Amino acid sequence: MTERAGGPGGGGGGPDTRVHPYVPNAVPEVKAAMLAAVGATSIEDFYVDVPDSIRLKRPLDLPAPFRSEAELVRHVEGLLNRNTSTREALSFLGAGCYQHHVPAVCDEINGRGEFLTAYAGDPYEDHGRFQSLFEYESLMAELLERDVVNVPTYDGFQAAATAVRMAARVTGRRRALLPASMSRDKRSKVVDYVRPDVDVELVAIDPATGTLELASLEARLGPDVACVLVENPTFLGTIETGGPEIVRLAHAAGALAVVSVDPSMLGVLNPPAAWGADIDCGDIQALGIHQHWGGGHGGFIASDDDPRIVMEYPSRLFGIAPTSVPGEYGFGDVAYERTSFAVREEGKEWVGTAASLWGITAGVYLALMGPQGMRELGETVMARVRYAMTRLAGIPGVRIPFAATPHAKEFALDLSAAGAPPAAVAARLRDRGIFLGYDLRSEGPEFAGQFLVAVTEVHTRADIDRLAAELVDALGGPATRPAR
Amino acid sequence: MTTATRPPTAAGGLPIAPKPVPRRFHQAAWDEPIILELSVPGARGVLPPATEPGIKALVGDPAAALPAGIGRERPPALPELSQVHVLRHYDRLSQETLGADLNIDVGQGTCTMKYSPKVNDQLIRSPKLADTHPAQDPATVQGTLEILWRLERMLAEISGMARVSLQPASGSAAIWANVAMIRAWHESRGEGFDGPGGGRNEVVTTIFSHPSNAAAAKVAGYRVITLYPDADGYPDLGALRAAVSERTAALLITNPEDTGIFNPRIEDFVRVVHEAGGLCAYDQANANGILGITRARDAGFDLCHFNIHKTFSTPHACGGPGAGAVGVAPDLVPFLPTPTIERADDGTFRLDDDHPRSIGKVRPWHGNTPNLVRAYAWIMALGAAGLREVAEIAVLNNNYLLAKVLEARGVSAPYATGRRRIEQVRYSWEALHRDTDVTTEDIAARVVDFGTHYWTSHHPYVVPEPMTLEPTESYSRADLDEYAAILAEVAREAYEDRDHLLSAPHRSTIHRIDHAPLDDPSTWAITWRAYRRKHAGG
Repeated sequence: MTERAGGPGGGGGGPDTRVHPYVPNAVPEVKAAMLAAVGATSIEDFYVDVPDSIRLKRPLDLPAPFRSEAELVRHVEGLLNRNTSTREALSFLGAGCYQHHVPAVCDEINGRGEFLTAYAGDPYEDHGRFQSLFEYESLMAELLERDVVNVPTYDGFQAAATAVRMAARVTGRRRALLPASMSRDKRSKVVDYVRPDVDVELVAIDPATGTLELASLEARLGPDVACVLVENPTFLGTIETGGPEIVRLAHAAGALAVVSVDPSMLGVLNPPAAWGADIDCGDIQALGIHQHWGGGHGGFIASDDDPRIVMEYPSRLFGIAPTSVPGEYGFGDVAYERTSFAVREEGKEWVGTAASLWGITAGVYLALMGPQGMRELGETVMARVRYAMTRLAGIPGVRIPFAATPHAKEFALDLSAAGAPPAAVAARLRDRGIFLGYDLRSEGPEFAGQFLVAVTEVHTRADIDRLAAELVDALGGPATRPAR
Repeated sequence: MTTATRPPTAAGGLPIAPKPVPRRFHQAAWDEPIILELSVPGARGVLPPATEPGIKALVGDPAAALPAGIGRERPPALPELSQVHVLRHYDRLSQETLGADLNIDVGQGTCTMKYSPKVNDQLIRSPKLADTHPAQDPATVQGTLEILWRLERMLAEISGMARVSLQPASGSAAIWANVAMIRAWHESRGEGFDGPGGGRNEVVTTIFSHPSNAAAAKVAGYRVITLYPDADGYPDLGALRAAVSERTAALLITNPEDTGIFNPRIEDFVRVVHEAGGLCAYDQANANGILGITRARDAGFDLCHFNIHKTFSTPHACGGPGAGAVGVAPDLVPFLPTPTIERADDGTFRLDDDHPRSIGKVRPWHGNTPNLVRAYAWIMALGAAGLREVAEIAVLNNNYLLAKVLEARGVSAPYATGRRRIEQVRYSWEALHRDTDVTTEDIAARVVDFGTHYWTSHHPYVVPEPMTLEPTESYSRADLDEYAAILAEVAREAYEDRDHLLSAPHRSTIHRIDHAPLDDPSTWAITWRAYRRKHAGG
């Protein structure tokens, strides 16, 4: 990278000496007056503690800047315009990041300057931030039928990893059982996060149903198991119909039951609390947050109001409190002494900047949707998923591995017996403006030729019919057919 | 004109009297109920698409067909509101939140509350970014890949490191990624926890480094040794020498520390740890004042991290999403999180997952992309000279504010007396507390009446009655003067009008909170549901 000689603006092609809009005190007279006010002769006076041996004696080698806003916009938009968005293409990608409709009010609220630029103020000047996060906790609590929900952690991976550690601390045990169908990435995060305190083992998936194999679970359960973690729906999109039995088996062994659940499906799925599970975890991206190329995630953890469990949360927990004025709501941190803010390494894991604005957004989403909206969302998504499974299963060479199992919002699609190389089929569809789905071959050799196809309320019947028609074409039709 | 010379009257009239200093602020106070109290059965906020009749005819209602115990048994007790009432409720709550856009936000020291340019918010709202999926074929997201590839190289240049991962979700998550790489590095050399004598199982940090350094290391399985400052406030080199051994895995250290003091012996610190076989990780949460001045690698560090939401201007979002970046020296590159972004010879960009020694994923996908794009745009708006000017003006502002604040009664800046500070200062109201029994928390609760705020310190309070201020480059001289005047006024009240101070806030959204119920399991209520059950008869 090299510095462009001179730069735009400023006139005459010389260096742009205009004061930068982001640096108010760069005005030369102001700077000089401030230096004089503190008795400094130059800025160098402030850096006397930085040894000469580590001083950078040249300018940073960075690209020439775009100091005017117009040029900056042109540059960044020029790069972004090389992307194809999922509003241009017809995308069936999911695998943990979902294209749901984002209500306009969600974007409006999380774009408010006060929420966007606040940080870590106290409950007086940031009363609204505390209340809106308390409300997020409260709305998630109704969805989950729980009394305790945390201020969001980073994402669903972190929530699962922390839930496993919480279970290990509560039980004093060190084995955790996870479903073999958990995504490779999530497993990678959880395993690396919980070692060396917890040993993770995988429980097999029933190859016929795509749900946890109960016999394998029973074989692995024992008095040293801290928790059984299951996902509902599973990474492969199946609904974990064995859930209540899994919880029963875990409890019989003295282990906690942890359920990683997709909150957007809880209008139609029973929450883990109804199964008797102990800790819930998951990701809130599906609740009114754009995909953001994977940058829209937030994690939740929930449980009953059992101090034995509550005291193991690393996260902030905002609670309601009285003020000196009757009828006025105040808020504050519950059991702050748990946290690393209070007691550093003696706290529970750590707490820091995570995903609060996404939490507020998810709260707005749940308030907009209400009980009826969440029910309708789940009904529509499940019906369209089943419709897509039915349509695609009718295509010669296409197999739907767990067709008899109820599915939530995505399903595995097996093209390995379709004749054409599956990756080439996906590429042909991409050329026609369709993103087929998440390529499962990265999950292991047994998934070669399979794709995880996500369908949500944004996919109409016509979209699904188009996918089916184009897939027929891509599998056997002439490769020269023009794109629509 | 005779009226021009007539003194203004208390009753008003022209000319209007000059504005008092500090200003007469009052925060919005809507006395807003909890949103669940606003429910009107039957009201709707947004309608999802209904299932098409043709689909219903073919597949029925799969949700209704779920087995017993699997399908939802009773609807969630979410509130029912019309759209405008949801909007109004949250708009009111946003008005009751003091964002950095509104206030002279120099009081959240260590948080680097600089201006987050609005143009960057506009850029990341583009559907070309917001509505892209992280598993799209790389050919369809070349723009994002190029931005992140370029951002990685910029951060490598700013830190001197060989490669940078943009995957961590925040500063603390980046600290975790560094600790995980340190652990993997020692394991790869046979010095993991299963090595002789427990291997390298200790990390050293300092009390003025962020608590997440200590906490993340503990989660990774390390014993944590925390160094306290020497008499001059500098990290204690003698204590470090005494702490390191063949058990030392790493030093995790911030510089300048949260006191704003730059450690002039930082090279000695690195050397002592290296000689003992440990690695050195630089927590650059306070990097704003040293951009283009000095670099982590040039001081010998093996790893470093940036808080993208601090140094590189992305909005703090009520506590996230932020973004983190970790940079490493050549030997540690194989351990970086996967995938990496690579540029092929033909100029196209791809994701490379083939890193067998990698620590794997530290979060889903590739990072908090919107903030990474914002950071790229921020650097591209400033360039090398601009970044250096950011650092220089931030440091000028800090030293200017230091001089101004010390004019207030009862405040001091402990340690390194008479020395210059870099990015922030941790002040002490110890004298004021001794004189008046007013605490730093009391002062903080009064400062909000003037439209701003401050943060005390992480715990434990090594500096008594602490207050941490970090003025960054974003505030003008007049802003700093106003902020100092507020502190001076509140300090005056501590001595002269103590009762008024102790009953603050007076002009905030709410009044003094009784925190006692928040620490008692029988009374705490973390959700409205729990509150109703515990305190309102269900």
